[in-house]
Amino acid sequence: MIPAAFSYHRPKSVQEAVALLAQLGDNGRALAGGHSLIPMMKLRLASPGNLVDLAGIGELKGVRADGNDIVIGAMTTQHELVASDLLADKIPILRETSLQIADPQVRYLGTLGGNVANGDPGNDMPAVMVCLDASYDVTGKTGARQIAARDFYQGTYLTALETGEVLTAVRITTPATGHGWAYEKLKRKVGDYATAAAAVMLTMKSGKVDSCSIGLTNVADTPLWAQEAAKILTGSPLDTPTIKQAVAAAEAITSPASDARGPTQYRTKMAGVMLARALDRAKSRARG
Amino acid sequence: MAKSQIELKVNGKSVEAMVEPRTLLIHFLREQLNLTGPHIGCETSHCGACTVDLDGKSVKSCTIFAVQANGADIRTIEGIANADGTLHAIQEGFREMHGLQCGFCTPGMITRAYRLLQENKNPSEEEIRVGISGNLCRCTGYQNIVKAIQFAAAKLNGVPFQEAAE
Repeated sequence: MIPAAFSYHRPKSVQEAVALLAQLGDNGRALAGGHSLIPMMKLRLASPGNLVDLAGIGELKGVRADGNDIVIGAMTTQHELVASDLLADKIPILRETSLQIADPQVRYLGTLGGNVANGDPGNDMPAVMVCLDASYDVTGKTGARQIAARDFYQGTYLTALETGEVLTAVRITTPATGHGWAYEKLKRKVGDYATAAAAVMLTMKSGKVDSCSIGLTNVADTPLWAQEAAKILTGSPLDTPTIKQAVAAAEAITSPASDARGPTQYRTKMAGVMLARALDRAKSRARG
Repeated sequence: MAKSQIELKVNGKSVEAMVEPRTLLIHFLREQLNLTGPHIGCETSHCGACTVDLDGKSVKSCTIFAVQANGADIRTIEGIANADGTLHAIQEGFREMHGLQCGFCTPGMITRAYRLLQENKNPSEEEIRVGISGNLCRCTGYQNIVKAIQFAAAKLNGVPFQEAAE
């Protein structure tokens, strides 16, 4: 499997990359870890005339605290997310999610930026970012802007990113100390996309849910933010009837395709099962 | 399409070559450098038969372009044996523990196990199984591959290898 011919560029700075992409227009694509784009190119489902490799841009790498935010450079790999002590301490749901993405070899190269910017509903990080209310730092020819993850996803491979713009970093407000978290993913085998998956972040106060956010993966053409389900759970002690009600509310907003991972009804139910399990595990980890 | 010049290190030797940007690393290694140890299995980043070590990372060489490896330090199965030509402990483990049948996945398995043992000198069985989860074997059922890696870890750590009871 040999991709169509292309020209290769390796800019040294974001500015250089953005200028190149602006000049190339629809004939250029940014290359991050390449583990979605290169398989697409091998199948000739993508055949960009130019690849702008972001791997040589040092400023796109690394995890750092910035005031009350954690900022993760777009070219930070899943392997580096797993290894980060700062993330393990402050946002452990990211490590839990990364470890469920693909396999070790893919995680050495696959990046957070590529995962969230690609717009593939099968990717795991977008729903986690929606759950965390993350925002994306984006730079284009006309300057930089921030886009909330919750406003970013418009459809399959369709995002708020304009042609020529590069997603440079993911910014997450540090979650409250003692929060509970879980990412529960049903997949057929290692390396598979989710049949359905659920991300949960919550805080507990005197045995009741004080705040809660839920994201769902691969059960619609975008990641889903299950607001209604979270609202139902807030104030409850996570008792069985309330969880049932929340699960029903979450299932109601899904519209998964019938495919090799199962028919629509099954995948909808599995989204509910993943949510119930994620709530259970998040609760067991929460303090308060 | 114009070719690009790349310079890299492969199994300790400096290499300079001209490649088309679309040349995948696996094709470069096999066809331009005649390193046919890394295998082309699925070609879709699933099977891991093409795994090589690149700057301290296990990568599937079917899913990276040779131009991306410009400046990199690469080790393939051809570069795993000890400098004096004797088998590396992992290779010995695969032989002693019968870690292969048809042998197609073996170069990728050994190269991956090499990095795994660099990162984790004394992995549990579970850690080994997770560590090689990006490498498929259709013959062995993995049991003996896990044992081969346990054998290698024990040898590298200088402790006797004790096979777990089945």
